Amino acid sequence: MKPVLLRNARLLDPASNLDEAGDLLVADGRIAALGRGIPPPEGAIVTDLSGAWLGPGLVDMHVHLREPGEEYKETIATGTAAAAAGGFTAVAAMPNTRPPNDSAAVTRFILDRAAAAGSARVHPVAAVTRGQAGKELTEFFDLLDAGAVAFSDDGRPVESPEMMRRALEYARSAGALVISHAEEPALATGVMNEGRVSTLLGLAGTPAAAEEVAVFRDVRLAALTGARLHVAHVSTAGAVEILRRAKEAGIAVTAETAPHYFSLTEEAVAGYNTLAKMNPPLRTEADREAVIQGLRDGTLDAIATDHAPHSVLEKECEFALAANGVIGLETAVPLALDLVRADALSPLDLFRFLSTAPARILGIEGGSLQVGAPADLCAIDPDRPFAVIPENLRSRSHNTPFLGRTLTGRAVLTLLAGTPVHDLDGRLAPAAR
Amino acid sequence: MNPFGHRHILGISQLAPGDITTILDTADSLKEILDRPIKKVPPLRGRTVVHLFLEPSTRTRLSFEMAAKRLSADTVGISAATSSLVKGETLVDTARNIEAMRPDVLVLRHPASGAPHLMARHVDAAVINAGDGTNEHPTQALLDLMTVRERLGRLQGLRVAIVGDIAHSRVARSDILAFSKMGAEVVICGPATLLPPDPAALGARVTLRMEEALEGADVVIMLRIQRERMGQNLLPSLREYAARYGLDRRRAALAKPGALVLHPGPLNRGVEISPEVADGPCSVILDQVTNGVAVRMALLSLLVREG
Ligand SMILES: [Zn+2]
Repeated sequence: MKPVLLRNARLLDPASNLDEAGDLLVADGRIAALGRGIPPPEGAIVTDLSGAWLGPGLVDMHVHLREPGEEYKETIATGTAAAAAGGFTAVAAMPNTRPPNDSAAVTRFILDRAAAAGSARVHPVAAVTRGQAGKELTEFFDLLDAGAVAFSDDGRPVESPEMMRRALEYARSAGALVISHAEEPALATGVMNEGRVSTLLGLAGTPAAAEEVAVFRDVRLAALTGARLHVAHVSTAGAVEILRRAKEAGIAVTAETAPHYFSLTEEAVAGYNTLAKMNPPLRTEADREAVIQGLRDGTLDAIATDHAPHSVLEKECEFALAANGVIGLETAVPLALDLVRADALSPLDLFRFLSTAPARILGIEGGSLQVGAPADLCAIDPDRPFAVIPENLRSRSHNTPFLGRTLTGRAVLTLLAGTPVHDLDGRLAPAAR
Repeated sequence: MNPFGHRHILGISQLAPGDITTILDTADSLKEILDRPIKKVPPLRGRTVVHLFLEPSTRTRLSFEMAAKRLSADTVGISAATSSLVKGETLVDTARNIEAMRPDVLVLRHPASGAPHLMARHVDAAVINAGDGTNEHPTQALLDLMTVRERLGRLQGLRVAIVGDIAHSRVARSDILAFSKMGAEVVICGPATLLPPDPAALGARVTLRMEEALEGADVVIMLRIQRERMGQNLLPSLREYAARYGLDRRRAALAKPGALVLHPGPLNRGVEISPEVADGPCSVILDQVTNGVAVRMALLSLLVREG
């Protein structure tokens, strides 16, 4: 493979607090050098990235790839293609497949498929309980050996507080991370956020308290057990506040939110729009602002998409019957850029929340521009318009409330171990040959 | 588009006060037909109205069918038991099948909120919402407005108390929207387990005390309480509900003299309403039934007036 010299980019590396114009050299699939005016080595492909931001490949710690079991919605191949198109070089795959990822065999299957697809690194998240049924723990040590990076029953909560306690204790002995889908199911009986819009639409609501009660429970159990807890898809002001207090108290907890929670509110459900149906549901403007504040002050550590593909079959129906979920891999960058344009985040923060922090939380490689590391890279053109239409999406499903809208900013180049897996303008096309 | 300006009647939320006045005026003028010896006029001759009732409702369905027949429309009825929906067909497929038969109007009763909105996106026929989940029951609200306007001569400035299971009642939701739009003040009352999360969003004031709701009311709308609410931990017993939130003669006397008592039916006598109030001089429950036919005739004729 020829060396690749990416010139005149705005280099952004949160791991070293680097934010300056310069070049980056890729050789043998690794980051060989970065700095100003790097001379092109013999035979190198040289491309000018003026106007683009170049940072570590993005890491999405929360996606649903639907394989095995629901390949008509997404496969590991189409999901990782969508990841690459969105600037992601690594994704953590949630275990709620069919069958669920609760055994080393399924974990290995996912890794094999990912290796064959080759568009992004896939890090399997294994189930906390067998069949995600909440009754018996999975074999954490065995699953970690097979390649799992964390444990979660995501898609549903670990309902029993006693089971969650034991999961956290056992995870501590295995040095594993537990990811909480924080939801009290007895309170979460609605189909959207409970409040003004649910009242107007006559739809059953789920109160913010359904999430907050569960976040509080899991934070207390993390304190009790000393385990590492990560709270997925935080959506309410109350949950942000509980996490803020927990961090102040020194509890080992991290948390993520998703772009839709800082971009949209429950108003998006108007007209019974099933594309805006997700779990947790879109909340109020006050919640949206609290989520942004949580990112600003570091209460929330990461932005994950909760990429949840569904076919038209699951969405073109009565609102109450529609599946929860929204795709997100390809729209995360422009939506996060909205926060940068609003001065809520810096460009360095964007890479921190979308790459460095999730890599660190999962304990995986990546998330930095360290010389010698695999050249997993993402270049973003912050001004590039992106029409969110099916023809422009790599995901097999198109369930996004942004469908039909034109967003601003887009990943234009994604390198995985130095190989272009997304090259919007064909700059490195010769390198692929 | 017909001169009325609306293709569908999906909910009160989509109607302006002027639209509501047009519907009520039309209903007033059509009501006289119901008192003729030959109760049939030709405006919908050759038109087809499909009644798709995917949730049981004898009264509303009968009222719609009678309204369509009075206007000489051909009617076809599909009910939950005979629908292929029970065989797993999706609502969108049902819509496509019905559309293929080219009806003019589709009257839909459905257990899911928003189902008529989905249907309206997939059929060319005018869709009339005959009740969707816990969302709206617009024709019921319109017949309530008609009944009150007929008796009291106005809607503006009235005080309307709605008592009962507001949270799960599409009648209550449509009534709140409709009376508020027409300038009435709406107070809702019931135990907090049966109130919506944000009543102000609908334009209603809330009280937990029945007496406060009734004081000075021009109109009292009592809602049917369903037994299953006890199983859902929303009510401890019907006995206690009747004692605290039921309308008996003593409580009814707190309302303004001559205040009207409405109920969408069917009645639970002795639970939300005592027999002497239900059958008393202030009750306009049977007027509501008559006016229901007139209002539905008005909507049918307004929606298909073109051509
Ligand atoms: Zn989840």
